[in-house]
Amino acid sequence: MTLAGRDLTIGYSDHVVGRDLNVALATGEVLALLGPNGGGKTTLLKTLLGILTPQAGEVMIGGRSLARISIGERARLIAYVPQAHVPTFSFTVETVVLMGRTAHGNLFSRPSAHDRMVAARVLEQFGIAQLAPRPYTMISGGERQLVLLARALAQEPQFVVLDEPTASLDFGNQGKVMREIRALAGAGHGVLFTTHDPNHALRAADRAYLLRAGERIAEGAVGAVLTRERLEDLYRAPVEMLTDGVTGHTAFLPG
Amino acid sequence: MTRGFLPGLIIALGVLALGLVVAFTVGRYPVTLAELADVLLSRVTGRPSTAPAAVENVVLLVRGPRVLAAVMVGAALAVAGTAFQGLFRNPLVSPDILGASSGAALGAVLGIYFSLGVIGIESLAFVGGLVAVAAVYVIGSLLQARDPILVLVLTGVVVGALLGAGIGLVKYLADPYNQLPAMTFWLLGSLAATTASDLLPLAGPVALGTVVLVALRWRLNVMSLPEDEARTLGVATGPLRITIVLAATLVTSASVATSGIIGWVGLVAPHLARALVGPDFPRLVPTAALLGGGYLLFIDTLARTAAPIEIPLGILTAVIGTPFFIWLLAGMQRTWS
Repeated sequence: MTLAGRDLTIGYSDHVVGRDLNVALATGEVLALLGPNGGGKTTLLKTLLGILTPQAGEVMIGGRSLARISIGERARLIAYVPQAHVPTFSFTVETVVLMGRTAHGNLFSRPSAHDRMVAARVLEQFGIAQLAPRPYTMISGGERQLVLLARALAQEPQFVVLDEPTASLDFGNQGKVMREIRALAGAGHGVLFTTHDPNHALRAADRAYLLRAGERIAEGAVGAVLTRERLEDLYRAPVEMLTDGVTGHTAFLPG
Repeated sequence: MTRGFLPGLIIALGVLALGLVVAFTVGRYPVTLAELADVLLSRVTGRPSTAPAAVENVVLLVRGPRVLAAVMVGAALAVAGTAFQGLFRNPLVSPDILGASSGAALGAVLGIYFSLGVIGIESLAFVGGLVAVAAVYVIGSLLQARDPILVLVLTGVVVGALLGAGIGLVKYLADPYNQLPAMTFWLLGSLAATTASDLLPLAGPVALGTVVLVALRWRLNVMSLPEDEARTLGVATGPLRITIVLAATLVTSASVATSGIIGWVGLVAPHLARALVGPDFPRLVPTAALLGGGYLLFIDTLARTAAPIEIPLGILTAVIGTPFFIWLLAGMQRTWS
């Protein structure tokens, strides 16, 4: 299955953020969206999620127009992992994950025994089953990000879209989230995430999509697209590239 | 912070049951527990009561309607407050956030100004509440903001201020000897004038709105998340928001039309309920309803027994609600549990 934006003009009612954008994501692959602040990453992400309506062009999923798919069915196809935040009410971790099952029930239903089983399974999968009865407000930022990932998986979607999943996480948790993203693709999900760190794209993504001022600068396999020259051009800042002598892995340093 | 649902629900039921007993037995004409049980049992079984006729009158005709009204109004305000706090993702929101009370108040003072009689005043209050919230909703939607929730609240504040000016104008124009005291009394809230004929027009809308909110209790959980998240979890936020606002406004307007303006109940009861059973709405809604009903029963009993004259409910709920709320704030700084 493919999630694709075709000739998208994206933006809000009062201004256009980007034009003629084409992007495609297949199940089983990871696409990283990179670019400077205000370049349209979040707007593109929200358009692909169906939160924002494209001003021109169309978002297609499995050959169907997203606009013609009900909001409930969308939630069973695409899951969204927002940046971890502290909510108003201190729901338990289990309740937060169960909210991912909402689209599998009807308007009046509460989570079923099956829903609870799915929630328990995804919590187990991320190794946070012991957090289930804790208030979501009282766990660490890294744990919160994992809980939101678990909630997304509880939706049993084809695609998972993450907005800066590593922002505000410590170094160790950044690595953990990278590994979980790879695991999602390994399990057959299509994954799209935005990031400010090209190294995270190198680490977790198959392809990268570079966006600046609403314009696609480059797109392709991370190894080919993420070069020193292109990153310097993308961010208009000097970049240094390091290569590990043993593994041959590369990494970038800003400044 | 995971508290048991069953223990919490039993405590809430206990509060309501105790409130019922106190409300029926305490007052200028004391009724013993045995007499109360006898009168109520005789109604259920149909056999004649052995209690004096005066006791029967007090229980069934004087206190009965008032007690039922207090339970319904308290429960209605609590459920509406719970729903609005979730919908607006803000634990400081009360049922009148969108102007239901101000609209109802303007309707009521207009009814008094035009000497419409009880039914006319209550009808105008009910319609006033609905019209005010409808106006807020339509204006808020027309503004097409990126944050519809924030705009809705701000529109509510603005329209509320305008309605307040309208109320002020009617009071200014009112006859200071007959109409103005009636308006003041109504605006402070009271169940003193409640009769059996008030119960049906109150029960209908309250039951309808409450059933809708209880049915949507799981979706209320999701609606308390940011708009984008709720939608990507599969919730059509627009239609659902209208439904919740409509249901909560229905119960609020019906309550305010019967009792006048009673603040604090819709704010305090959901907090108490959260402290008992946590923030999960399927647990919270029934618990808040029971606590709201019980709470207003105690307040109303106090209102008619604490002083030689009736103390307006709005004043009592504020006097009790304010220190209680400060105490609550002190204990819950870390989290809106």
